[in-house]
Amino acid sequence: MTKNFKKRRTMLYIPGNNPAMIQQGGVYGADSILLDLEDAVALNQKDAARALVRNMIKVVDFYDAEVCVRINHLSTPFGLADLEEIVPLQPSAIRYPKTESPEEVAELLKIIERIEDRHGLPHNKMTLHAMIETAMGVQNVFNIASMFSRVDAITIGGQDLTADMNIVYTPDGVGIDFARKRIVMAAKASHIDVIDTVFPDVNDEEGLRRETEYAKKIGFTGKAVINPRQIDIIHKVFTPTEEEIRKAYHIVKEFQMNTAAGIGVFAIDGKMIDAPVVARAQYILKLANVTVG
Amino acid sequence: MKPKIAAQSGTFESSDVIFLIEPLPDNSGRKLEISSTVMQQFGASFNRIVLEMLDSYEMTDIHLIAKDKGALEPTIKARLETAIKRSLEQQEGTLK
Repeated sequence: MTKNFKKRRTMLYIPGNNPAMIQQGGVYGADSILLDLEDAVALNQKDAARALVRNMIKVVDFYDAEVCVRINHLSTPFGLADLEEIVPLQPSAIRYPKTESPEEVAELLKIIERIEDRHGLPHNKMTLHAMIETAMGVQNVFNIASMFSRVDAITIGGQDLTADMNIVYTPDGVGIDFARKRIVMAAKASHIDVIDTVFPDVNDEEGLRRETEYAKKIGFTGKAVINPRQIDIIHKVFTPTEEEIRKAYHIVKEFQMNTAAGIGVFAIDGKMIDAPVVARAQYILKLANVTVG
Repeated sequence: MKPKIAAQSGTFESSDVIFLIEPLPDNSGRKLEISSTVMQQFGASFNRIVLEMLDSYEMTDIHLIAKDKGALEPTIKARLETAIKRSLEQQEGTLK
């Protein structure tokens, strides 16, 4: 289970230099909005995108969506300038691309906290999402995920990872399967969320459904989205079914009654119900916005 | 301040605005050419935003061309800020 529950079934990428897409970002119903200053912005428009995203965050209503900003890497001429403009606005999270080591995260957090100190901001509000998109990042992912309380999600960047591994991306995802599972396990061991990479073919809805079902099966919390058309399909996969919700409700209800009676472990229909089963049931109910009275 | 170079920002896309800034000879003041698809409804507001931004950067001896496609205020301000900073060579962008 994650430390702090947030619904992150979908994370919609929005190019940071496109005002029309930014101002409409909240209407598609994605759980998270990712305003992108990195790969979606041409090198000679980085300054324009930074000013636009900074201004838009201040006034645009993204409704219930979590708002994240993907900055440029600190090794580029743009990363530090991105932080100077975005950190004072305290979006929900900063997403850091091509994270390769815990030392890198420590350095990034030091800079973020310096900016927060200058603006009298707390160090515990805005979180950090580390993107794992290189072989080195995959090797170091557990330390990246576990060593910092502000890292509350990790994500896999499939396109960059295949490029770094010098392999061709294939729809079956075989080349990045080991990385996917290693990243999921690091997130689970650290009790943080883990978001799957984008599905690049927006016209292949069946392929998107299959890949999302696989991502859910191996433990991902949600999936990145490059087109609003993909949101409903992913939400359907990650939202519990009516049967799952009924079962979870029953488990939690029984748990509450048994706890009140001082009973720790109990059985439903002959099956033992203990803490992990209850935790899973509670997670399903949170995803479904259901409370047990 | 006076623009050092010609600079541009924004696009012709819907909900965006494109600004082009050029330096003028000394003591020329400001020459503004503003057009907008929503001039009738929001022209006064657009002009006010542009003038306030030019004032805040104390821009003079400037030729500014704006072609607006219905940009919101944060977009107008971001695009003009970018064009001004590029024209002052504080930031790199197009037309350099």
